[in-house]
Amino acid sequence: MSIVKNVACPVCGTLCDDLEITVDGNRVIGTKNTCAVSEAKLLNFSDPGHRNLKPLIRRDGEMVEVSWDEAIKRSAQILAEAHYPILYGWSCTNCEAIRMGIALAEEIGGVIDNTSTVCHGPSILSIQDVGIPTCTLGQIRHRADLIVYWASDPYSAHPRHVERYTAFSDGRFQHSEWESYVARLRGVLGKKRLSRASELTLMKDIPLPAVTGEKLPPSFRTGKRKLIVVDVRKTRSAEHADLFLQVEPNKDFELLQALRLLVKDEELEVNEIAGLPVHLLEEVADALIGCSFGAFFFGVGLTMSSGKTRNIDAAIALTQDLNYRTKFVIMPMRGHFNVAGANVVSTWQTGYPFAVDFSEGYPRYNPGETSVVDILSRGESDAGLIVASDPVSNFPREAARNLIKQPLIAIDPVASPTTVMADVVLPSTFVGIETEGTAYRMDRVPLPMKKLVEPPETCLSDEEILRRILKEVRHLKEVRGET
Amino acid sequence: MRELLVKNGFVYDPLNNIDGEKLDIAIRDGKIVEKTSNPKILDASGMVVMPGGVDIHSHIVGAKVNSGRLLRPEDHSKDVEYKTPVTRSGVGYSIPSTFTTGYRYSRMGWTTVMDAAMAPLKAKHTHEELNDTPMLDKGSYPLLGSNWFILEYLRAKEYDECAAYIAWIMRATKGYAVKLVNPGGLEAWGFGRNVRDIDDPVPNFDITPREIVQGLCRVNRMLNLPHTIHVHANNLGKPGNYVTALETMKCVEGQAGDGKPVLHLTHCQFSSFGGRDWRTFRSAAEEISEYVNTHNHVTLDLGQIIFTDTTTMTADGPFQFILYQLTGNKWVNCDVETETGSGIVPFHYKRKSFVHATQWAIGLELALKTKDPWKIFLTTDHPNAGPFTAYPKIIAWLMSRKARDAVIDRISKRARRRTVLDEIDREYTLSDIAVTTRVGQARSLGLNRKGHLGVGADADIAIYDINPQKEDLPANPGRIEKAFKNAAYTLKDGEIVVRDGKIVKAVDGRTFWVNVKTTPSSIEIEPELQKVFEEYYTVKYENYLVNEDYCKNSDPIVIKPKI
Ligand code: SF4
Ligand SMILES: [Zn+2]
Repeated sequence: MSIVKNVACPVCGTLCDDLEITVDGNRVIGTKNTCAVSEAKLLNFSDPGHRNLKPLIRRDGEMVEVSWDEAIKRSAQILAEAHYPILYGWSCTNCEAIRMGIALAEEIGGVIDNTSTVCHGPSILSIQDVGIPTCTLGQIRHRADLIVYWASDPYSAHPRHVERYTAFSDGRFQHSEWESYVARLRGVLGKKRLSRASELTLMKDIPLPAVTGEKLPPSFRTGKRKLIVVDVRKTRSAEHADLFLQVEPNKDFELLQALRLLVKDEELEVNEIAGLPVHLLEEVADALIGCSFGAFFFGVGLTMSSGKTRNIDAAIALTQDLNYRTKFVIMPMRGHFNVAGANVVSTWQTGYPFAVDFSEGYPRYNPGETSVVDILSRGESDAGLIVASDPVSNFPREAARNLIKQPLIAIDPVASPTTVMADVVLPSTFVGIETEGTAYRMDRVPLPMKKLVEPPETCLSDEEILRRILKEVRHLKEVRGET
Repeated sequence: MRELLVKNGFVYDPLNNIDGEKLDIAIRDGKIVEKTSNPKILDASGMVVMPGGVDIHSHIVGAKVNSGRLLRPEDHSKDVEYKTPVTRSGVGYSIPSTFTTGYRYSRMGWTTVMDAAMAPLKAKHTHEELNDTPMLDKGSYPLLGSNWFILEYLRAKEYDECAAYIAWIMRATKGYAVKLVNPGGLEAWGFGRNVRDIDDPVPNFDITPREIVQGLCRVNRMLNLPHTIHVHANNLGKPGNYVTALETMKCVEGQAGDGKPVLHLTHCQFSSFGGRDWRTFRSAAEEISEYVNTHNHVTLDLGQIIFTDTTTMTADGPFQFILYQLTGNKWVNCDVETETGSGIVPFHYKRKSFVHATQWAIGLELALKTKDPWKIFLTTDHPNAGPFTAYPKIIAWLMSRKARDAVIDRISKRARRRTVLDEIDREYTLSDIAVTTRVGQARSLGLNRKGHLGVGADADIAIYDINPQKEDLPANPGRIEKAFKNAAYTLKDGEIVVRDGKIVKAVDGRTFWVNVKTTPSSIEIEPELQKVFEEYYTVKYENYLVNEDYCKNSDPIVIKPKI
């Protein structure tokens, strides 16, 4: 039995790197510092029921086991013959595999796109429009006295975010508000003993009435950390907040614009905006200006609600405006553990973060045209390669239908609707569990992913599979005299 | 045994006092040797042969550069590179993708490029990109001027500990030199503030920029690092900031014991502003070059302005915020915990702008008024003052008064009236160009294998199709520009990688970093470092370190410190 320390978690963009994993006989038997989500993955990843273990090829409608050589050859054939292949996924693998994927896309004149195309794509387009004032998460831990989660519920989607980087983390200039939270909790729960309260872990669901009244709570008059949650419904995170602002659905843009005006000391001629009283918003604006370091985090709730890019433009513009008055930063809450890495690698190799089209012999980028969902919706592609992703379940129906009509290669450690529909299934390994490599945290801090156990002998890493396909594609082209 | 003989070129090798003589250069297995036995011949007759170009300061890779790429799709679509059988495709005018960066340098005859800044926390990113930057030997400078550990060691005057820390961080980040950007000011920027001058204490840390510069200069010398401290001064880009630049250089005068440089002031154009505000803005090149002409403890690089649409990007967050306010362009800021800041703003330098035209003149005045080309190096602070692909144009301006006059005629009238550039007759010789674009830079970096063509040097060689005996170069600036734009040949480690401005072979190049062998008596700081590490950072100590296998071709420079 051995304990591996300082393990980075291969689940969400929080990319906690303090996990301690107990390994016994090539199995993970214990975890420490994990949240429920990561614990579930780390303990259950090797469940043989879901695992792809052998290369498979569809023959006469049936999936049959074949050798690696044959599966690679078939994959290379499909890709080399295609006129406009798409390569999609990339946010749950390492940067080494992404690099290889880009080389392959270039070689076959295909389109390479990653999952940000369906989550924070609008955020990226906004950044390309106006820029972004941001920072690494440690800056927030050390300095932020005002933290706002907007359309993002960290307790569900990024369970340790608050504890590691924001309201309940300890920094040089700001301290965890866990204790005062506990104190408030005590006030609320009355008779419960403090010892009980301090035993509670952050993961436990503790209902605490968040302030939704018309005045800011007294904590806003101190220099301590304050947590605001803005959302359309009362999420778990909202229950932990000093202030919860319940915005009417699809009114985020109005609320952001109102705050922009208030921050610029302009008066609003109405009593209510987005379901919130203006005099409360005036106080919120004062709090935004009055803090010494503020941070906005926003989730897909903002990028996917009506307005999309417009919402993010407004949120970033508000942050930029606030920098004339104080220090303020903003950051998208990225989902998969290496979705940021997919953008980063794509950008340094091709100049563009996603939706890169090599069909002209150089990188071209025009989201809406060169993004995979749009290509599929128009039915333009004629082959697909999917890495560690499940577009058959996640894409709009028309796109998914076109995807399974064409020859489809799936590289994935686990079975999914996509691998079930694929014509070639290439069983890969779990990055961060069975394969090492680099991943980028949501603030684009690179972290090394560890190998904890040996992968099944019949599985290869994404990078190795792609390397072999690329080699075979080059070989095929040579044979045909195309190079 | 790979042998090559470069025959009959006009050789410019200033370090070995060779000034355009017709000579043969013998190469074996990537090194320059005395003689070869059975070499292939490369006929360089009628051409100029120089050591490969060296760039001491260029933002080519890493987190900030990549955010710049992300920010500017409009910069890329107008400048693309197709895939070829030997090269990868790419895009980017002012911030090319990594492969393209390597090829473009190589086509101009450059073979070694130092990335000017990396946040230590994101050093892995820098190295991943360096691995994808072909054709060049390279390295990168960790940003240390607002690093908490250093501020604390220096405040306590714990120089030995600070030295041990610097040795550690060079290993931890695979870094090459000590970089200071707006010393102390970036810590202040963490709360949206700045420092006003070199004696303005850093909030919460009770130390002044002067103490930081002096302290790191001292530690740099204790460690015997190959390069001096590399300083982007406080108050960059503000009228009147030449005073700060002078004070920064003066504050380490006392440390110049052996007559060798102890401080490199980078992109000095941006630090040579006179006047009280933008209205009274003027060139202070005279004051700066006067100082440099009478002191030997500093070297400079230019940061020469090019009239074009480029992308400014520095670790100097407050400076970038000012540019954002001035231009209203899009703006990226990214502060890095415990270490540094960074900012990005697209910027268009215009001939008809009084300020931009004056900046253009300042750079050239500095280059021409500083008498010794060993003290001032050609850079554009790529891409801050313009992309590195403009070097051939700048070489033409330096070599040809005619080329300068042609531009002076077309700049802002107000700037034209105020500059003294049109009174300067000096024209750089080819030997001066060799010094300012490679030889001097290699020496300043302490890269003994680079910047010369003596026996034992790496066979990194640029061959340009100009005949100094037949051609009147100052009268033909177009010829100069063309020849330097497309090297007739570039040799990397003795192999021909460029022919007639085209890449004929792709090679990887190495990554240099400084490995300070601390002496047994030296201070152990690592246990203490590990203890406080988690208070300072959101990543684990182990995960912060850049292992050597992050460098595709790691080439550590082993250093014995003086302590
Ligand atoms: S918060 Fe995310 S990264 Fe951290 S342990 Fe949970 S799933 Fe893993
Ligand atoms: Zn610079």
